[in-house]
Amino acid sequence: MTILEVNDLNVTFRGGIKAVRGVSYQLARGEVLGIVGESGSGKSVTSLAVMGLLPEGAEISGSVKLHGQELIGMPEEELTRLRGKSIGMIFQDPLSAFTPVYTIGAQIAEAVRIHQKVGKDKAAKRAVELLDLVGIPHPDVRAKAFPHEFSGGMRQRAMIAMAIANDPDVLICDEPTTALDVTIQAQVLEVLKTAQRETGAGIVMITHDLGVVAGLADRVLVMYAGRPVELGGVDEIYYRPRMPYTMGLLASIPRMDRPSARLIPIEGNPPSPAALPPGCPFAPRCPMKVDACDDGEPELEPVGPGSRRAACIRAHEIELKNLDGATIYPVPEPPAETEASRPRAERETVLKVEDLIRHYPLMKGAVFKRRVGTVHAVDGISFDIAEGETLGLVGESGCGKTTTLQQIMQLEAPQDGTVVVLGKDSAKLGRGERTALRRDLQIVFQDPMAALDPRMPVGDILAEPLRAHGRKDVPARVAELLTLVGLEPSHAERYPQNFSGGQRQRIGIARALALEPKLIVLDEPVSALDVSIQAGVINLLEDLKVKLGLSYLFVAHDLSVVRHIADRVAVMYLGKIAEIGAVEEVYARPAHPYTRALLSAIPLPDPNLERSRERILLEGDLPSPASPPSACRFRTRCPKRARLSAEDARRCDTEEPIVTRLAPAADHGAACHYPEVTEVPETAVS
Amino acid sequence: MRSKVVFARMLRNRQTRYGLIALLVLLLLAYVGPFFGPHDWLEKDFAAFMEPPSADHWWGTTQIGQDVYAVALHGMQKSIVIGFLVALISTGLAALVGASAGYFGGWLDKALMWGADLLLVLPSFLIIAIVSPNLRGGSWLWFVLLLAAFSWMITSRVVRSMTLSLREREYILAARYMGIPGWKIIIRHVVPNLSSLLIIDATLNVSAAIIGEAGLSFFGFGVQPPDVSLGTLIAAGSDKVPGYSWLFLFPSGLLVLLVLSVNLIGDGLRDALDPGSNS
Amino acid sequence: MGAYLLKRLVSNVLLVAIAASMAYFLAATSLNPRAKYEGRQPPVAEAVIDSTLDDYNLNDKKPVFERYVTWVSGVVTGDLGKTWQGKSVNDEMGRRIGVSLRLLLIGTVLGSGIGVAVGAFAAIRQYRVSDRVIGVAAFVIMAVPVFVMAKMLTIGAVGMNELLGTKLEYTGEYTPGLSGWDQTLSRLNHLILPTISLCLGQIAFYSRIQRNMMLDVLGQDFVRTARAKGLSRKAALLKHALRTALVPAATYFAFTFGTLLTGAIFTEKIFGWNGMGAWLVDSIQQNDTNAVAAVNLFAAVCVLFAGLLSDFIVAALDPRVRVS
Repeated sequence: MTILEVNDLNVTFRGGIKAVRGVSYQLARGEVLGIVGESGSGKSVTSLAVMGLLPEGAEISGSVKLHGQELIGMPEEELTRLRGKSIGMIFQDPLSAFTPVYTIGAQIAEAVRIHQKVGKDKAAKRAVELLDLVGIPHPDVRAKAFPHEFSGGMRQRAMIAMAIANDPDVLICDEPTTALDVTIQAQVLEVLKTAQRETGAGIVMITHDLGVVAGLADRVLVMYAGRPVELGGVDEIYYRPRMPYTMGLLASIPRMDRPSARLIPIEGNPPSPAALPPGCPFAPRCPMKVDACDDGEPELEPVGPGSRRAACIRAHEIELKNLDGATIYPVPEPPAETEASRPRAERETVLKVEDLIRHYPLMKGAVFKRRVGTVHAVDGISFDIAEGETLGLVGESGCGKTTTLQQIMQLEAPQDGTVVVLGKDSAKLGRGERTALRRDLQIVFQDPMAALDPRMPVGDILAEPLRAHGRKDVPARVAELLTLVGLEPSHAERYPQNFSGGQRQRIGIARALALEPKLIVLDEPVSALDVSIQAGVINLLEDLKVKLGLSYLFVAHDLSVVRHIADRVAVMYLGKIAEIGAVEEVYARPAHPYTRALLSAIPLPDPNLERSRERILLEGDLPSPASPPSACRFRTRCPKRARLSAEDARRCDTEEPIVTRLAPAADHGAACHYPEVTEVPETAVS
Repeated sequence: MRSKVVFARMLRNRQTRYGLIALLVLLLLAYVGPFFGPHDWLEKDFAAFMEPPSADHWWGTTQIGQDVYAVALHGMQKSIVIGFLVALISTGLAALVGASAGYFGGWLDKALMWGADLLLVLPSFLIIAIVSPNLRGGSWLWFVLLLAAFSWMITSRVVRSMTLSLREREYILAARYMGIPGWKIIIRHVVPNLSSLLIIDATLNVSAAIIGEAGLSFFGFGVQPPDVSLGTLIAAGSDKVPGYSWLFLFPSGLLVLLVLSVNLIGDGLRDALDPGSNS
Repeated sequence: MGAYLLKRLVSNVLLVAIAASMAYFLAATSLNPRAKYEGRQPPVAEAVIDSTLDDYNLNDKKPVFERYVTWVSGVVTGDLGKTWQGKSVNDEMGRRIGVSLRLLLIGTVLGSGIGVAVGAFAAIRQYRVSDRVIGVAAFVIMAVPVFVMAKMLTIGAVGMNELLGTKLEYTGEYTPGLSGWDQTLSRLNHLILPTISLCLGQIAFYSRIQRNMMLDVLGQDFVRTARAKGLSRKAALLKHALRTALVPAATYFAFTFGTLLTGAIFTEKIFGWNGMGAWLVDSIQQNDTNAVAAVNLFAAVCVLFAGLLSDFIVAALDPRVRVS
């Protein structure tokens, strides 16, 4: 039974920007429709248009029918009655989506009282029930808490509770887990499934993450430049994509199951909605482009058996030849073979961190500021990086990875422990030595917009480190750097805002390379980029490493990216290292229960695997780093500890585990009293 | 390139257009207007004391026979110069103090902000009123410095808090990790990125300074005779209303128009420079 | 919380002490009470002047630090010294403080209250005629200095009284010789114009702030959430945006208080109220050091109190800044 029917929906913003062009889909009761697309593809605007919540000045045409009732052009009062009752919506950022000055319980109760004639007490009671339903512990107490007192995952649960308060028929989820860590994401996705079971609603799931919808959606709609380009059953889309964009998207994702293969980027950038190309909007980036592609925009038409439709004039050819992304996209050349790399022990150590500690005072209140405790951001970690090596530092937000990196970059004496860069102890550096050492140690930041001064042309940005260190021949070097990262020397005169995200990140990399460093610290360098762009940047980093003989400290929360690029990996949890070792070892035989949970939580862009795999769901939230659990930090959430005998478990509560080398492996250690030695089940990482 | 965009966006805003036109007209009036008037501002017409506006004395005459048109325009010149100078100095001071306090932090931050707090505790009007009798006979430039010295504190606090967030911005971190000294980072990265705020504040400080000058002069604590400003003229005129209202209305009107036009421009600049804001 | 407040109180007292001392030094070095005696006819003997000034702790022949010590030892026991005529500053202040506080209190409450309401109304009616009219009016009012405003109100009142035969008062605090109910009415009548003169600027300022803050908030996700729940735009604005936008508006409270204080000086002077503000102007003109120092002390306490109040309002409005 179709409950929501969208037909030829178009949204045009002021200035003639066509954000959505001709979107059509149907949603049946109990069905999950995934809408997938990169930033700017119009997927969020589509859902806001359905809700009638677009900002004033947006022109909407087409038809949106809920239970056969037309919503476009419906009087505002009637639409208001439907919102929150028949259609519920879950937004991306759960912090800004709650009003900061009211309690969570009050806001949920408000949602109840808008549509149901119940008293205040009853609504409050219902709010507590709903919070209980979405798995919030002590819901009666937590209902009285304010949004800022909730963690990100808890807020998103509360958001779901609010959205289902009136038993809606349709739930629209706009990137509901994007702001969350993987283990929390896994929890929230479970809650969403529960919510669907409870309400029987149809779900429209909007995301950029192909992994998230693989296990959840029944059907998938792929959007590009405001248009639907492919629509079909989830298996059809993932296993037999017929639109080159979908094919490229799937091929560009770093895969846990195919780690060593070279990533396949989609060249170029999505078109600006204000200046669309004449024909197929994907044509400029498409490896299968023929002249006819520029003649007109292809319609979404049925391809092959089943319900699938694709917007590509060559879709039938693809279907016939059964092509896939890896065959149609040119696979970039792998970097030239490294000189037979010497054993790790013989190589120079470029970075050595030992027992590093960094504690912060915890201040509370903006007006009545005072110290209320100590944040144990980094609490005694040790690792080293050999020449030519990439160490991946992974962990969820709040685990201390960014602090670690800042401590290294500051090149000053740490609170405790030592940081040795290229054989020089940071605590014993003179002013001149420190400046000289900065040449060899550079950084690339996460947010490519924030990392470049918006008021400086790119040439000046690249010249800044050169001039600061007295290099001659600056213009020539700037041109050289731009070429090195795949940009034009003529780009030096432009400003950062004239570049796309991927290009800006390349500029950031060029700046880091300016002084020919030996070690580059990469702080989540690709997490702000769309997947198709991300692949190109990862390839560039790989090439540069080989070409220039660099070592990387690669900080990331995305385990598949780390799997792809790193030689060794260190997993952090609450300021400590939980597990460290060679990538092959750690990913194939994770020994620490936390690593195992982390790996099992990563959504895979493979519907069959997603459906069949057994997830290790962690309980609750990350404890606050201001009051970490004693002894083993992971014990409060450890699934393994729950299975231990009381006697064995006592050891976890009293004795702090230290990183110990695991017997069978050469380079693999874990900080667990009872490390797992068996192979991880095939489905968890595959 | 950016300045062109900002300028274009500013001109698209109707209120800014009116503000700019009004300010231009007032500036022309102040500096060119006196040449067209029949009388010099120092000239005294002993045949006409407190005469209402007429063909000879367009805006009437004062108690001692001065031509109000000439005197008011001369006073407006002074008000404009004082307003712009004070705004320039106080905004510069605010940028310097706020950016240093925010960027370097520590004891410098504490000391500077404590100083700002101290100056904020006593309304500047009180302090200037006490000190200014000492300046009698001194140059009006002292008065400008005094006004500037007491009007930078709030802006500097805003600059400081913005610097605090800028300091954690990645491009500033990048410069720091490159080994660039703090004062260079402030000049090269911090202040340019606060320029929107500083331009807006400087504009609004112009109008605040003009009002401040007029207010102090109203009680005789500002510009001293024989010099005149809009404030002294309004003070002289306000005793004579009602009855000889032209003495009060013309200088007051000029003052209000001047402040209004500057405020309109400042508000338009805020829209143009800070697209996120709604005003 | 208690320890925090205590610390805060101590630092505030310190700030007031230093500010007041600074003001005293400024006043003691730049004002010259001796002039009030020297110019007299018949001339007064210098020794007599000296001993009189000594009595009042105003003798500029004494080192300023000595005078300061005397002044401070008086202040800590609650004695603010003597005026140049030898009257008690305390007595004079007692008479005037109520006058000023009445004006300031009404100005603050009405100014911020009406201003916020007007601003919220304008935000809800964004870009409609009423919003534009309010915007233009606020701009014009903010461009009119208090002393011009006060005079114009006087002119207006005179005109209205002549035309309509009303009796709107524009000088003094009350008409002498009345008693009981009549006197209360007279006080109220006298209060009207000064209140308007003091409030209009505040209303204009707060209305702009509140409108802009509300529109800033309007674009935020939580207003969208509120509408997605099924609240109408107006209800979402009133219930979610207004309340949240009050927080930044409240932080402006501390800053505007200084302006209000200055505004009160003009208002008192022009409408002939014998308050602290008028006293400041008079005493500077009369070289009355101790009176000036006393007014400054009063102003410093008021400003800090306003700052503290502003913090409390923010804490009451915003759960994020509270400490539990």
